[in-house]
Parts: sequence; structure tokens; C-alpha cells
Amino acid sequence: MKVTFRIFRFNPETDSKPYYKDYQVEADPKDRVIDVLHYIKNEIDGTLTFRRSCLHGICGSDGMRINGKNMLACSILLQDLGYSDIDKTYKKPIVVEPLPGMPIIKDLVTDFTDFWKKYEAVKPYLITKTPPPERERLQSPEDVELIMEASKCILCACCTTSCPSTWSNDNYLGPAALLKAYRFIFDSRDEAADERLDIIDTSDGVWRCHTIFHCVQACPKEINITWHISQLKKKLVEREI
Amino acid sequence: MIHQFDAVIVGAGGAGLRAALEIPEGYSCAVLTKVYPTRSHTGTAQGGVCAALGNEEEDSWEYHFFDTVKGSDFLGDQDAIEIMCQDAIRAIIELEHMGMPFSRNEKGLIAQRPFGGHTKPKDPNNPFGERVPVKRACFSADRTGHVMLQTLYENCIKRGVQFFPEFFVTDLIVQDNIVRGVVAIEIATGEIHIFHAKTVMFATGGYGRVYRITSNAVVGTGDGFAITYRRGIPLEDMEFVQFHPTGLWRLGILISEAARGEGGILRNKYGERFMEKYAPTIKDLAPRDVISRAMYTEIREGRGIQGPDGTYYLLLDLTHLGAEVINKKLPEITGFARIYLGVDPLKEPIPVQPTTHYAMGGIPTNVDAEVVIDDKGTKVEGFYAAGEVACVSVHGANRLGTNSLLDIIVFGRRGGKKMAEYIKEHDFAPLPKDADEWTRKTVERLLNSNGKERVAHIRRELQEIMMDKVSVFRTADGIKEAIEKIKELKERYKEVKIDDKGKRFNTDLIEAIELGNLLDTAEAIAYSALNRTESRGAHYREDYPNRDDQNWLKHTLIYKNEEKEPIIKYKPVVITKIPPMERKY
Repeated sequence: MKVTFRIFRFNPETDSKPYYKDYQVEADPKDRVIDVLHYIKNEIDGTLTFRRSCLHGICGSDGMRINGKNMLACSILLQDLGYSDIDKTYKKPIVVEPLPGMPIIKDLVTDFTDFWKKYEAVKPYLITKTPPPERERLQSPEDVELIMEASKCILCACCTTSCPSTWSNDNYLGPAALLKAYRFIFDSRDEAADERLDIIDTSDGVWRCHTIFHCVQACPKEINITWHISQLKKKLVEREI
Repeated sequence: MIHQFDAVIVGAGGAGLRAALEIPEGYSCAVLTKVYPTRSHTGTAQGGVCAALGNEEEDSWEYHFFDTVKGSDFLGDQDAIEIMCQDAIRAIIELEHMGMPFSRNEKGLIAQRPFGGHTKPKDPNNPFGERVPVKRACFSADRTGHVMLQTLYENCIKRGVQFFPEFFVTDLIVQDNIVRGVVAIEIATGEIHIFHAKTVMFATGGYGRVYRITSNAVVGTGDGFAITYRRGIPLEDMEFVQFHPTGLWRLGILISEAARGEGGILRNKYGERFMEKYAPTIKDLAPRDVISRAMYTEIREGRGIQGPDGTYYLLLDLTHLGAEVINKKLPEITGFARIYLGVDPLKEPIPVQPTTHYAMGGIPTNVDAEVVIDDKGTKVEGFYAAGEVACVSVHGANRLGTNSLLDIIVFGRRGGKKMAEYIKEHDFAPLPKDADEWTRKTVERLLNSNGKERVAHIRRELQEIMMDKVSVFRTADGIKEAIEKIKELKERYKEVKIDDKGKRFNTDLIEAIELGNLLDTAEAIAYSALNRTESRGAHYREDYPNRDDQNWLKHTLIYKNEEKEPIIKYKPVVITKIPPMERKY
């Protein structure tokens, strides 16, 4: 089966502006997008540049925009991208672009500096004040259940870069950082919820989330991020009262 | 650019991050990694990390010790195994205190489940009698490695550890047996950096990408092995390569042993539970070498299932486990089966095949992660290795599931502590002239080459021959064929040409250097495999099907010998408590 990949290309070293380049390749509907990108790099054009590592959706390296939606190139099969079973063909090229709203280093590789700065801003680590017991701190299965979904996050930035609020405001912490804040604020072992709530209780914190749900649609780990952010808002309101 | 750090740690997986936490304040430490720290391969570990906590049933570290020694087919060093199994309990509690989110049992304790090869005596009064599976693997659903990596990284952020992400280390600076630093390419700019250091730790992970079917990340290109080997330091026990029984068919993506820990069953094309034949007592929870061999045997004897492309697979059946267990305890792997093969494990069995998974061998170290180069324990001053790239050896000829996550936190920490001592007592050894010469020349050669060979073609041929000739079943003829092929590929590698000639984020160049690492690593594996004329653990020689303790109860040390055959030497196995005995399950 033939398929056309229309890929965003930009090398600031040599290109004055970005452009799209078409690659026509032979592929199987069960191939992943990352398999085709590898094929192009291996066989056709070694200058094509993208990040990838584990190839099964747990390392978070290959977040990109595919046919207009943020996703992991290793976790989507061609057959799930508008392939017609009747014609055994694709009507349109598959468009691959870098994650939006981030500076571009080269082709599909974006600069994560700001993403990590916001991650670090929410104090993304357990803070305890009472000395630890000799054995483990106790947590009920229900306690853990509260943070299990949030701790699935692979920091791929698919959510944050899909959010219109981050596009329009550079200072907004964004869904990934807020989800990390949730993961510790709702950890029954943590003793610094107030410190973190102060950090996110600003117009660039949780209140910048307008429940647009793009993050939920974009999350490759199917985390309901907006729900988690709403729990943070609820906690802040409760704290007020 | 030249930097100076008391400690340089290469690799930001579990071992590297755990070591970094030991470098005391007031001393400088840099962690270099070719990906972002949270992308490291530790994050892909699924099923668990073991410690005899006894949270679910009676257990003891001595049972864990016995299992690990037996699992290693008696090639593991028992002093190191004793340290690891004893320290496991402290190490897990420490991770919990650091914030790792574990699954919990009804008492609020860390939950534990069974795993391959982890057992205890049926009758506590008869410690060497019949054994039954024990719940020893601590876990966080099937994302144990992921949350462990996150937790360690979070603690590094808390401590202000300095990272150099997307710095690709190409060389070790070592002279007169004293380490002086590393050379690295900054991927974003293409600039070559020298890191002048008092101590260097390699925590660079494995080499799964030497093989065609592997569970390993694309970045698992054996960099640490190859760099060390090229610098005249030997590699230990490289013939022992673990094949995990349950990789997703054709893709090699790992389906955790936890699937069988929770009750999953392997079946052949007749629906038979074939492990009953090969390991009558613990069946599907036998160690990985035993099951991978059984699967190859089933396929060879015509009981595999042939796919449309002509390759064979077997079935991992989880259909009887029920939605509650599958969705709660195995959500991630269930997703893999759905996304990649369109199989719903609740309703139908998952097609699986053995997949290259783990390097038992590696850079030889003592129990403090100090690199040692011979049978007398001679150290390379200031050089440390931990995690998969190292060979302590706690895994011997076959690693038990969940022991790798344990290995990295126990020996990463021990190495970090030794580095902390060393940097207090020593000054910087001077840098040699042209410390980055090898890297500069290699980069120049690759950028300017007008040869005809493509990186991907040589890599593919290497992966094919290693998969065919140096995997689960091996023979002298097959391995010799692989060695000849590796020689040919090394020649062709000199003619490699890359498309990208730029400096900025040149992954074409990085992949070409990685290919050199794959080739050197494959050489060490193949020669070590040819040399060992016995079968032990994961190394199975069809022409020498029995274990031979008289001649081969010893570790292999392989030394690179430029342009000639490598040199092989040996060192003895440390046996403290358990003499070798027949290994059956």
C-alpha cells in the first residue's frame, strides 16, 4: 500500500523558513507512524530529524502532531489514520508536524526548556516533615488509587502543547505541570500541599484552565487531566472556606 | 569546551540517578544522558522490584538469595548476591520514603505478587526441598520502572543535581589505569565537550539493539560496553544474553512476566499448557531462560502458530483472569496488545515470541561498583559502573525477573558512596593531550565520508545474524558464521556515508556512531559465546548441551585486540554458601 507522508521540515542552520516535504512510501496499515518515519530516515532521507526511544508509549520522546492532533508516533497505527478499507488506500497525505507552541530545534524536534521549568515550578517531589517510620508509610489501596492515574504521566507534553490557554499565555503552567502538582497534593504521604496550592492559586496557575478538554483528548495515556485540574480547583475553594 | 566536575555520571536511568543522590553537597556532579532523564530505559520495566518484605506471606532474604543463585545457574557471585538480597528490604523502604507510589494491600503495606523463579521452601524445615512460588515482587500496577524512574528523577530535582540532557558520550578518558573524564557530543549543537573528572560512573544501560527482536529502546545500543572495551578494559560474561519469553509477536515489545505472576498461561497451537512438561513444579513461573528455550522447542517441533508472514508465535492466555485483575494490575500491557496487535486480552490470547531483553554480562565490577580488570581485582582508579552495563555479577548466567530494578538501586547507591569517598581523597588527574582526538576524528570521518554504505543496512544485517545465530540456541558453526559477518560489517562500516552533514541535532551522525558501538558489542558477545563450550543459564550450546562445572564454573573476561581476535581470560566465581547443584524447576 502506498501512503504519502507530508512532513514539516525546518533546519534553522540552512533554511530561512519552514516547509513541508512529501515522501511517498510503501507501508502496511499495521505499521506505526514511527515505523514509517524510521523507514524514511533509514532509506530515503537521513536528514529527517525526530526524537524517539522506547517505541511503545512509555518514554514520552516522540510526541508530535499527526493529522492535526498531538499524539505519540509509536502509539498510532496507520490504519487508525483515515485509511479506507474499501479502496485499500489513503485519501489524503498523513501530515506530521512538531508539537505546536514550542520553539523548534530542527524538523520534529522541539525545545522542552520551558516545559521542564514549569514542571520544576510545582515542586515535583514528595515533601515530608515528620520523620519517616522504620518501614513503609502506610497507604490504603484507596489512597493510592487517588494518585495512580496522575502518576501514569510520561511528560511527553502532548497535553500542554495542545492547550489553547498555553498558546495564548506563555506563563500558564499548563496541564502537565498541574497534573504533577495534583500527584503530590493528593498523595496521602505528602505534607506540603499548602506550598503547592499557593503556587498554583494564581491567574497563571489552575485558574488559567478553561476546561477546554484538549489535554484529555491529546493524552496518550488516557489520563483525564481536566478532572484532575478540577480537583485542584475544588481543593483551593475548600481552602478559602 | 572543557568542563570540570568531581563526579561525572553517564546515564540517567535508575542506577545513574541513584548514584547521583550520593554525591555530597560541596562537590560537583554532572549527569550526562543521551536522552532526557525521564526517557531512560528504566522507565519501561513493568512487573516489579523484589525484596523479601514478607508483606503478603512469610519470606526471607535467604530464600531470595537461594533463588537468585539458582536462577543464575550458579555463575552469580554469592558475596554480591547476598549484599543485594539483604539490602533489598532497606532499598525498597527507602524508595517508598522518597515518594514512589506502590500498589498497596488491604493492610496499607506495599503489595507483592509472584514472579518467575521466586520461591520459598514448601516446608520451612527442609530449606532445600520442594519449593513453591512466593509473593516477593513489589509493584506499581505494571508501571513499576516508570514510577521508580520518575521518583528518582524527582529526588534529583529536589537535590539540585546538574543534568546535561542530550549529551551523547563517545569516549572514556583513561590513562595509566586512572580515569580522567569523558568526551561527549552535545546533540543540539554538535559541539564536542570534554568533561574532566575525578570519577566517572557508567550507568549506560543495555545493548538490546544488537538483535532484531528486542524489548529494548532504540537508544539501547551498548555504548558503555563498546567505549569501555575499546579502551582496553575487559567485558565480563558477554555470552549471557537474556531472552524474555513474552515479547509481542514481531515487535518484541515486552509483555511483563507479571502477566504470568497474576496467573497467565502460555499455550501452543493445540492449546496445551506446554510449560507443564519443561518445569513441572512452577510451570509458567519458571525462569526466563527455561521458558524461552521451551518456546523455541515448541516452535521447532511444529507446535507454534505460523503468522501470515511465515514467522511463528505462541500464545499468552490471560482470558481466565477476569476484567478486574487485567484492568487493575496489568493495564499497560493490555493496552499494548490492543494498540499494536488489535488483540483484546480479556477475550483472546496474546501472540508472543521470545525477545532480547537484558545483558547479564558487562563491565566487571566489585560489590562497590568499582571497575576491576582482572582476576586479582585490580581497579581502574576512579571508574565505576552500575546497572545493566555492569557485571557485579549478581545475575550470573540468567537474571530473575525483578532483580534488575533491585540491582540498579542497590549498586547505584553503593557506587555513588564510593565515588563520594574517592573525590574527597583525590585530586584531578591531568587530562592527556588531545583527549577528544578519537571523537573528533570519528565525527570528521563520518561527516566527510563518500562511501556507499548506509547505517541502517549494516545495522539490519547485524541484527539479523545475531538473532539467527547467537540467540536462544547456539552452535559453534552458527556463531562462527556470525563472527565472519561481523568482520565483514566492520569493514563495510568504514565506508558508511551519512546524509546529514550539519552540526545541529544531527541524529544521522549519532546513529552512525551508535552503529560502531553495536558492532563492537556484538563482537564481544559472539566471541564469548563461541569460547564457552558448555550450556549454562541463557547460554545454550546445542553442541555442548550440558553444564560443565569442572571446566566452566568461571567468568569470562574478553579483551579487545585491535584488528586481531579478542583475548579471553577468566576469573573465578565467588561461592560462599550454596555449592552448585542440579538446576530444575
